[in-house]
Amino acid sequence: MKKHWWKALGVLLVFYTIIQGFLGGVPKMDILNESIRSLYFHVPMWFAMIILMGTSLVYSIKHLRDQTQESDMKAKEFALTGMVLATAGLITGMVWARFTWGAFWVNDPKLNGTAVTILIYMAYFVLRGSVDDEQKKGRLAAVYNIFAFVMMFVFIGILPRMTDSLHPGNGGNPGFGGYDLDSRMRAVFYPAIIGWTLVGVWITNLKVRYYKLLWKKEDVENNNSFGKE
Amino acid sequence: MIKRLKYSITALMLFLSLGLFAQRPEVEMADVMRSNGKIYVVVAILAIIFAVITIYLVSIDRKIGKLEKDSEK
Repeated sequence: MKKHWWKALGVLLVFYTIIQGFLGGVPKMDILNESIRSLYFHVPMWFAMIILMGTSLVYSIKHLRDQTQESDMKAKEFALTGMVLATAGLITGMVWARFTWGAFWVNDPKLNGTAVTILIYMAYFVLRGSVDDEQKKGRLAAVYNIFAFVMMFVFIGILPRMTDSLHPGNGGNPGFGGYDLDSRMRAVFYPAIIGWTLVGVWITNLKVRYYKLLWKKEDVENNNSFGKE
Repeated sequence: MIKRLKYSITALMLFLSLGLFAQRPEVEMADVMRSNGKIYVVVAILAIIFAVITIYLVSIDRKIGKLEKDSEK
């Protein structure tokens, strides 16, 4: 039980967001209306994705130092879960945009930036798939992952802030204080980020453990076949 | 005379309809799932979906945990 507490915490926080996110009070704003509650679900997808991509980056750097298969696999799996959350964030964002900005896709620097980011990370997986040599694959992927993370920051963190964007806090000097968040919304929004991040880490953790078991099994089989020869 | 009759009929009708006014909130059951424009129903559905996903994750976690224990032997 001791090592499972963080999974329960993540699940509890997401439950809390679902309940409080719908029943709690929100500021009454034109056009947005009740859809402001999407903030509790759409935005945490991106925040959790950035945290998971950051973890992936840490394992990529670790891989460049220790060259183990394990750190490379962890970097890949964290990036994969990050991509799942990014996909969810993109689709939910499109639905929200349709009913507040009028179209599924508007020519907004943040939207185009996220599209480029997703393509950059897709290239990471294509790169991994195209190299057969394990050692070479690990090193190439790790170096590319550092590049991908930096590009993600430029495309969704910096560029949208330099031009006008429909997203709040962009086009000017934002920071969290600039958002239309009041204290009631903060009390749901921040736990949502932590909750979804923990759930994302849990899913990644399951896959990491699966690969470790698979390798162990392959090792045992190889040893057995060596013994028989 | 007719005027008085009109008034009394109007008053009688009003009294009769009063009962209907009083009954209305009683018919509408004030339980939680029906109040607030039934938003609680949406909350319940989302909570159930997430609960199912959680149960699924827990079961995968347990299966992997069992395999891990077996492979340690």
